[in-house]
Amino acid sequence: MYHWNWGVFFAPTGTGDTYLGWLLSGFGLTVALGLVAWVIALVLGIGVGVARTLPQRPVSILAAAYVELLRDIPLMVQLFTFYFVVPELLPAEMGMRVKRMNPLAQQFLAAAICLGLYTSARIAEQVRAGIGSLASGPRNSALALGLTLPQAYRHVLLPLALRIIMPPLSSEFMTVFKNSAVASMIGLLELAAQGRQLVDYTSQPYEAFIAVTALYLVLNMSALRVMRWVEARTRVPGFATVK
Amino acid sequence: MYRFDFSVLGGNTLQILAEGMLVTLRITGTALAAGLVLGALLAVMRGSRSRSLAWIAAAYVNLFRSVPLVMVLLWFFLVVPQFLQGALGLSPTTDVRMASALVAFSLFEAAYFAEIVRAGIASVPGGQMDAARALGMPCLQAMRLVVLPQALRNMAPMIVTQAMVLFQDTALVYVSALADFFGRAYGIGERSGRIVEMLLFAGAVYFAICFALSLLARGLRSRAQR
Repeated sequence: MYHWNWGVFFAPTGTGDTYLGWLLSGFGLTVALGLVAWVIALVLGIGVGVARTLPQRPVSILAAAYVELLRDIPLMVQLFTFYFVVPELLPAEMGMRVKRMNPLAQQFLAAAICLGLYTSARIAEQVRAGIGSLASGPRNSALALGLTLPQAYRHVLLPLALRIIMPPLSSEFMTVFKNSAVASMIGLLELAAQGRQLVDYTSQPYEAFIAVTALYLVLNMSALRVMRWVEARTRVPGFATVK
Repeated sequence: MYRFDFSVLGGNTLQILAEGMLVTLRITGTALAAGLVLGALLAVMRGSRSRSLAWIAAAYVNLFRSVPLVMVLLWFFLVVPQFLQGALGLSPTTDVRMASALVAFSLFEAAYFAEIVRAGIASVPGGQMDAARALGMPCLQAMRLVVLPQALRNMAPMIVTQAMVLFQDTALVYVSALADFFGRAYGIGERSGRIVEMLLFAGAVYFAICFALSLLARGLRSRAQR
């Protein structure tokens, strides 16, 4: 018979912390990792998405290749590549610097960059679809008004496209936190890894996993709330949104 | 500068990797088939007139879609085997990792396929269902013979895309040290000190397969739009 014991979270871990403290620190790392990756993904994704719609063929082909490469390799393989392979291939001095960093910083850096790049490919596709859905009207009118192509993108096309793709972008925002669990594979003690550690240390697997699952649900719902608010603020009246 | 040495791929390495690929494909194939059937069932439940059935299906889909796959796999590797061993009286040494992986992936994918099937059914005009019902078909028969075949055509590209995602996700069975393609590639790299080469090789193999699938999805999509 299983012994339920919810008090286990307040038991000391032996390192001067409680198991609840472990869980919360994992939760904090998951949130931080997701947010940092999100910023990287948004900047790169918008850049690459715009590049895909440019009239210069070499640029758009290069951007398409970037997206295809990142989408056709499992996130975990990419993460292992960032963690184990990239430091070896960097110029010797930089590689040594990376390898001398403390393990936590090294894991976090690899995971944040990798997750950011991976997500940027998915955002790039959405940005491309958003710009593509505008047809040629806004672009041509902007150019006819004397804006240069970069100005047309900055003041007309991107503001419209980004607001149109808000719904898929919000679900991507929630996905980034879920995908961040992959970082547990290289040993980063984020939420999923803490859950696993709790099982090993406390032998109370049900409590540990119920708590971790609940924290993921809370995270998901908070992200949803934030994005609903942003969506409502940025909706373009009269424009259908891209699914 | 790093010196590459791909000679680690010689010997029987490729054969070991091919066996791992079979494990990967077995998980992918099982989860694809079971996930689709269960997903279709969930989608139909969700659209049904019974409030409680619809609620259960929605709760299932939302729960699995808000939790990371890694978490679900951990659930199934660390918690469910203990439960099964207790319930079925298995000895603790019985290896239930493969069974756990198959069940975990199937249940997880079902939530995603349910959404795809739901969108597919919604893409068939309501008149089709009404017409079939008017011809005297019972609801389920109309679904099976009229609506689903048309829906299937519309959702084929999305199913292929999701199959590709699933194929990539199977690499996560690494949490249970089940020797799939990726696990073996990484293991060989670790033992021979050639992690760099093995990871790049594994990435290239995944890329080749997924690129082919993504071309297939694109072809299906342009055909469905015609």
